[in-house]
Amino acid sequence: MHPLLARNRLGLYLLGWLPLAAILVLLMSTGGALSWLESSVIAIPLCVVYAFICLSAWYTAKSAPIRRETALRLIGVHSLAAALVSYFWMGIGWVLVASLSKTSAFQGLDRRFSPQAPILFGAGYLLYSLSVASQYVILSLEASREAEARALETSIQARDAELKALKAQINPHFLFNSLNSISALTSIDPSRARDMCVLLGDFLRLTLGLGEKASVRFSEELELLQKYMAIEKVRFGDRLKMQQTIQEDSKTCLLPPLLLQPLVENAVKHGIAGLPEGGEIRLAAERQNGRLAIVVENSWDPEAPPRRSGGMGLKNVQRRLEARYGKDASLMVNAEGELFQVSLSLPAESEEKT
Amino acid sequence: MSHSPENRWRALIVDDEELARHVIREFLQSHSEIEVAAECANGMEAVKAVAEHKPNLIFLDVQMPKLTGFDVLELIGTDVPVIFVTAYDQYAMRAFDVHAVDYLLKPIGRERFDAAVERAKGRLGEKMPSAHELSAAARPPQQFVERLVVKDGTKVTLIPVVKLDYAEAQDDYVALASLGKKHLKQQTIAGLEAGLNPDSFVRIHRSYIVNLERVARIEPYGKDTRLAILTDGTRLPVSRAGYARLKALLDERK
Repeated sequence: MHPLLARNRLGLYLLGWLPLAAILVLLMSTGGALSWLESSVIAIPLCVVYAFICLSAWYTAKSAPIRRETALRLIGVHSLAAALVSYFWMGIGWVLVASLSKTSAFQGLDRRFSPQAPILFGAGYLLYSLSVASQYVILSLEASREAEARALETSIQARDAELKALKAQINPHFLFNSLNSISALTSIDPSRARDMCVLLGDFLRLTLGLGEKASVRFSEELELLQKYMAIEKVRFGDRLKMQQTIQEDSKTCLLPPLLLQPLVENAVKHGIAGLPEGGEIRLAAERQNGRLAIVVENSWDPEAPPRRSGGMGLKNVQRRLEARYGKDASLMVNAEGELFQVSLSLPAESEEKT
Repeated sequence: MSHSPENRWRALIVDDEELARHVIREFLQSHSEIEVAAECANGMEAVKAVAEHKPNLIFLDVQMPKLTGFDVLELIGTDVPVIFVTAYDQYAMRAFDVHAVDYLLKPIGRERFDAAVERAKGRLGEKMPSAHELSAAARPPQQFVERLVVKDGTKVTLIPVVKLDYAEAQDDYVALASLGKKHLKQQTIAGLEAGLNPDSFVRIHRSYIVNLERVARIEPYGKDTRLAILTDGTRLPVSRAGYARLKALLDERK
């Protein structure tokens, strides 16, 4: 529906046509062929009709978006439309004049009108063009308002996801279990207990530090991961093995912080921790054709007891990727037999570019 | 105080993390009346060790591979006082509060540990709440069991509920039919029914629960009864009330 009709602004719109009608009356009465009264009688009803005809410009403008068509085509389409519409309008004018001249008050009006008819055509052409232009202005205003709203919504979503992610980052299970490991080590091996305290401190500091940034280098993510793995290794011992295949080029890529560690934590919590004999986590990262691909793979027991908060880490990463990159990034989960695989693909940004 | 060998306490420590077991072992050193009978790294080992060592105190981790602490409890019964050990689990804690079985939170403090041991010692011989009651209370509300644990001697079998064809009441047991085999589990059929999702499982008879997915057709049989024919050809009796329940569910699915 036309925005003017939809928002009850028709009265305002018609009021806007009042000065245009006055100008048309003035134009048609110059030259003295038509009196003021005569040109008013012709011009005012015609303007009311034309006001409605010009509303159709909205539909032509909408069907030919300014950004998608070439300038030449736009001018062609709208000139043709303007010519046709004003010709049609002139025709209505003639019908009106012809019927008026049959009355005794306006006898011979058609004869006197005929030299003024081209004025009507010209005015019609200009008015229609003006209408098209204003429709484009309205459309672009609407588009920019929409874009603004969308941008605002996206940034709110991104913020929200980020906040939730950071809250979830400090996983109570992980902390409590690590503290329990430290407690055991204090009597078995005090120096290892101290190492573990330092590792845990480093891990927390890095997590909080990275979490404050908008983007971090992949190498920083790897550093955090290394601390995390060192801590989990104390807990799980030989049950936890890790193999990394990191392409050198990928390390300079920029990405939202704290994406990698939750993926690996997921692999530990839902994969390795469920296997009595433990298993291996394989991490691969590669930069290729302008994209960064990260794959985390782990063995798991598909029949393991369901753990609470299952998959929250993954959902969180997915939400944050969506908030940042929209459809340009993907997270795919593939659970086949005893292998669980999470693949991330995102645009490879680097510091030079930004 | 001196202790003769007969009234020494035999404790079992069950945790998949060696360091976590170590903390408990160390704290137990100051309780000379308690000896560590065995340490287990997972639930399967624990079920075996209970049969073998007949402990009278068990320290049981909740989150372990294969079998959780609750699964273990369900399988070993409740004659032995159990102290749960967990990092953090609000649902489990609620269960402990309700049933007054003690629990320890990681990291474990010495004073709290000693208090739990004293409580467990006072608890010996007392009737504990039934294991099913306990595990039912530990289940999060509005959630149904996803798998069933069955013990045959010391052999433990896990049956995912999607692979359960039907269950038949047999005195104090239920026979669970799955993948062509029957497994006996010490549980009432009503207790089993309560844990199963009522959208997938129907009590078709006083003695039978059936997996809706397996029902191929229903045939009349006798005056008020019918027969449910399963996809593998098994024929199960359907009572009048059972038929009403079954029909309501099948209509809902259409």
